[in-house]
Amino acid sequence: MSLLQVDDIYGGYGNADILHGVSMHIEPQEIVSIIGPNGAGKSTVMKAVFGLLKVRQGRILFNNKDITRRRPDQIVHLGICYVPQEFNVFPSLTVHENLEMGAFIRKDSYSEQLDHVYELFPPLKDKRGQSAGHLSGGQRQMVAIGRALMLNPSLLLLDEPSAGLSPLFIEQIFERVLEINKSGVGILMVEQNAKQALSFSHRGYILSMGGNRFEDSAENLLNNREVAEMFLGG
Amino acid sequence: MDWGCFVIEFLQVIIYGIVLGCIISLGAIGVSLIFGILRFAHFAHGDMMSLGAYFGLVGVVSLQLPMYAVFPLAMGATALVAAALDRSIYRWLRSSTPIIMLISSVGAALMLRSAIQVVWGPDNKIYEAGIKLPYIFYGLRIKPDQLNIIFGTAVLVVLLHLFLHKTRMGKAMRALSDNMDLAQVTGINTERVIFWTWMIAAAMAAAGGIFLGIDTRLNPIMGWRILLPVFAAAIAGGIGNLYGAVLGGLLIGIVQELSTMVISPAYKPAVAFAIMVLMLVFRPTGILGGKE
Repeated sequence: MSLLQVDDIYGGYGNADILHGVSMHIEPQEIVSIIGPNGAGKSTVMKAVFGLLKVRQGRILFNNKDITRRRPDQIVHLGICYVPQEFNVFPSLTVHENLEMGAFIRKDSYSEQLDHVYELFPPLKDKRGQSAGHLSGGQRQMVAIGRALMLNPSLLLLDEPSAGLSPLFIEQIFERVLEINKSGVGILMVEQNAKQALSFSHRGYILSMGGNRFEDSAENLLNNREVAEMFLGG
Repeated sequence: MDWGCFVIEFLQVIIYGIVLGCIISLGAIGVSLIFGILRFAHFAHGDMMSLGAYFGLVGVVSLQLPMYAVFPLAMGATALVAAALDRSIYRWLRSSTPIIMLISSVGAALMLRSAIQVVWGPDNKIYEAGIKLPYIFYGLRIKPDQLNIIFGTAVLVVLLHLFLHKTRMGKAMRALSDNMDLAQVTGINTERVIFWTWMIAAAMAAAGGIFLGIDTRLNPIMGWRILLPVFAAAIAGGIGNLYGAVLGGLLIGIVQELSTMVISPAYKPAVAFAIMVLMLVFRPTGILGGKE
C-alpha cells in the first residue's frame, strides 16, 4: 500500500487547468523529488495534494483513504504536513512560538517532539526566544520545517526547501531532510537543485507542462542522458 | 499669565489628554487587532464603544451594580453582539474585498446606532449624578474617575498583553495576523481565532465606551464621534500593532487636548485628522511600524 497515491489529477487555480493528468505515488519512508522546468506544475501538484487548489478530476489517496478535495486543516489531522516555499514562518512570533503553533491542533503533550526538533536543528535552541523574522534564511527554513514536524507527520511536503539559500545552508538543510526521513517520515519534495536533490532521493518524477514526463529511481534519472540534457543542465 | 501658571495649566491639559488618550487607545486596540487579521477598517467600532457604554448603563442604573461588576458584564455583552455581527454579516463577506467589508461595517454602524436610539432614546444620559471633588496635587486637579480610567486602561492593556503572549489562543491570533495562509496550512482553525478576535476587540471597545461615558456623558452618537481619533490613533501607532495603538491613542489624546490651548475645542477632530494625514504622508507604517 502506498503512503500517497495521486491518480491522474487535473486541476488549477481558476478555470484553466495547470495539471493535465499527473500521477505519482510515494511509499512509506521514501524520499521522492519532483523536478522539472519552471511552470511545469511542480508546486501545483503539492498544493493539490494538500487541498490548496481545486482538483477537477482524478483522485488522491493517503493511506488508501480518499483525500481529494479535503481542506488543508482536515488533511493536517491525517498526518501530512506542508512547508510552503515562501512566507513559511510567522515572523513576529518567536522561534519557540512558531514551533508551538505547529502543534496547535495537538491535544496531547508535545514536549518530546519539541526536544526532537531542537535536537534536529541545534541552532534553533539558542534562538528560541528570538522573532523568526530576524533569522537568516537558512535558520528560517529550519523553523519552517521544524514547525511542520511538530505534528509528527508520516508525510512531509517540502516546496523548494533550498530556495534562496547559500550552498552551505542548502547542504545543511538536505542533510536534515535525510535525517528526518531516516526517522520514518516519507518526504515529497519539489526542488530546483535537481541534481543535488536526486542525489539523496529514492525516486524522482520529472514533470513538464503539467504532466508526467519521466519517472524512475533517482539513480537512473541521474544517469539518463536525455533527462540530464533536458532537465539537469547537461 | 505668569510662567508658573502656564506650566500648571500645560500639565493639567496633559492629564486631560492622557485620560482621553486612554479611551481612544481602547478603541484603537480593537481596530488594530481586526485590521491585523481581517485587513479591513472596522467602521462600526465607534458604535460598538457606544453599545458598551449603554450596556454599562443597564448595569449601573437598572441592575444597581457597583462599577467593577458593570465592566465584565458590559464587555461580555458587547463581545457577544460583535460575535453575532460577525456570524451574521462579516463572515459571509470574508472572501470578498476589503472595501466591501468596510462598507458593510458602515451599515453595521448605522444599525447599532439606531438600535441604541430605539432602546435608550436620543437624549444624553449619565451614570451617576452629583459632582465628585478632584484631588489636588501641587495645583493639578485630577478627579477620582480620571484616575480610574487611567488605572483601568493600564490593567486592561496588561491583561491583553498576557493573553496575546501567554495563551494558546492569543499566540494563534498573532500568528493569524502575521500570515493567515500559513496559519491555515498549520491546521489552526482560523474561524475560531477570528471569532475570539472579535470578542476581544469588542470587549476592549466596551470598556473604552464606559470610560468615555464616565468622562463625559452617554448619547447614541458618542462612539461615532470618537471613531476618527480612534482610526487616527491606530494608524499613527502602526496598524496591527497593539502597543502602537496605545501609543497612538495617547499621542492623539494629548495633542487634541493641547490644541485647545491655542484653537477652539471644536477643531479637536480636525487635529486628529491632521495627525492621521501627516502620519500617512511621512511615516505610513506608524510610530512602531505596522502592516501595510
